[in-house]
Amino acid sequence: MGKDVVADLKRDYISKLLANGARVDGRRFDEQRPLTIETNYIGSAEGSARVRLGATDVVVGVKLIMGEPFPDTPNTGVLTTNAELIPMASDTFEGGPPDQESIEVARVIDRGIREGHAVDMAKLCIVPGKEVWIMFVDVHVLDYDGNLFDAANIAANAAFKTAIVPAKRAGKGEDYPLPVQHQPISLTAVKIDGKILVDPTHDEERVADARLTVATIENGNLCAMQKGLNGAFTIDEVFKVVDLSRRIGAEVRAKL
Amino acid sequence: MGGTPTDLKLIDENGRRIDGRLPEEMRPLKIEAGVLKRADGSAYVEWGNNKVMAAVYGPRECHPRHLQNPERALVQCHYNMASFSVDDRKRPGPDRRSHEISKIISEALTNVVFTEYFPRTSIDVYIEVLQANAGTRCAGLTAASVALADAGVPMRDLVASCAAGKVADTVVVDLNKEEDNFGNADIPVGYVPRTGEIVLLQMDGDLSQEQFEKGLGMAVEACKKVSVLQRDALKRRYAAKADEGAEPTEIREGA
Repeated sequence: MGKDVVADLKRDYISKLLANGARVDGRRFDEQRPLTIETNYIGSAEGSARVRLGATDVVVGVKLIMGEPFPDTPNTGVLTTNAELIPMASDTFEGGPPDQESIEVARVIDRGIREGHAVDMAKLCIVPGKEVWIMFVDVHVLDYDGNLFDAANIAANAAFKTAIVPAKRAGKGEDYPLPVQHQPISLTAVKIDGKILVDPTHDEERVADARLTVATIENGNLCAMQKGLNGAFTIDEVFKVVDLSRRIGAEVRAKL
Repeated sequence: MGGTPTDLKLIDENGRRIDGRLPEEMRPLKIEAGVLKRADGSAYVEWGNNKVMAAVYGPRECHPRHLQNPERALVQCHYNMASFSVDDRKRPGPDRRSHEISKIISEALTNVVFTEYFPRTSIDVYIEVLQANAGTRCAGLTAASVALADAGVPMRDLVASCAAGKVADTVVVDLNKEEDNFGNADIPVGYVPRTGEIVLLQMDGDLSQEQFEKGLGMAVEACKKVSVLQRDALKRRYAAKADEGAEPTEIREGA
């Protein structure tokens, strides 16, 4: 259990710094890491973005394939989100079928996009009940230094902005831009020793007691939320993360 | 969350909901502890039209062994929906949704269990949804807490759970299936009454900050009511254990 010994040492170090109001990388508690966004990174995808949030590095590729709608939503396209936490990105990721961690990442990203109505899925309908566009949002993690939720969420939003619906290739008229309508941006915060830190690094995540992700849209409304880890939040702490998400969400949106 | 069909009125002119409830009113909730013979602990929850059972095995040897923690017990929840629990037959076996729910319920329960008392072991919690009508993760977490107590697992408190949400622009608690399908938001909450802390929290849909704050407050109030019924169920089970024929009394919320 070498992993846990290291975690204990790191916890002491992180705790000591936190008690003095500092983080390992010198950030404020409410400060996001440097964010760089590179769109149209993958030529073979209909839309893509590579996002670096500190040392966390993810690529999101959007593919659009023709298919059948779900019987209960005959007039809308289909959204499918998947996350691959490949072993290359971290010693904590293993190959094989998706585990609970990657399923949670994918579902939280999906919830933000879906509930925030990032893409007007009604416009991805070709023939009601028969033919629609199926939009695959695939998250590929290259380097994992914590906070996949936000890095992947930002990358997905960036990828949508430049994505093209490949109608011509499918013999369905001219290509057109993906009908983007909102930009639901998530913010993740963790609680360590009763303190709330946004955009945790991998080390901070490993010693965190609890985690909360909140996604907001342009008007400041909330569209998705997920609490994780074994710790707990007070109600006031939840409200604080909501405030932070609204503020930092607007900052991120300005960079897209 | 599709659009509301025009003929469906989720809130009427008197402010009543589709099943006659007021916004802060929960569906009838019945909790029974110790319903299974083989399990170390068990509970049954009937919540509106939800029927959910929880069973606890352990603390017992942890499998697979590489998951063992030399310092703590591992609380492993397995949430499962029966194929006949929903209108369209659900394909049996775990899907991505149930993996996620299992994970967040495991985390919520780990918060209250004294896991340090049982190093290297696993405490397995099985949640079976027999009939689903929105709010099954809350019903499952509520049942699982009672089942853990029934199994004699030492805990700081029972986690109580209830959702809030928004239907027809009104913030309400404990959404039923129609409200969940045609409403605008859902906020499942797991709450620890003793500490006043939140151990499970999700949200989807569209809420303003004010609506969220109101909804979370209402969900917490509902959780406090759930907590009373959880304790009641355990008291009935152990106070009247000699009287095996005792029927659990149904407690109606609000009405």
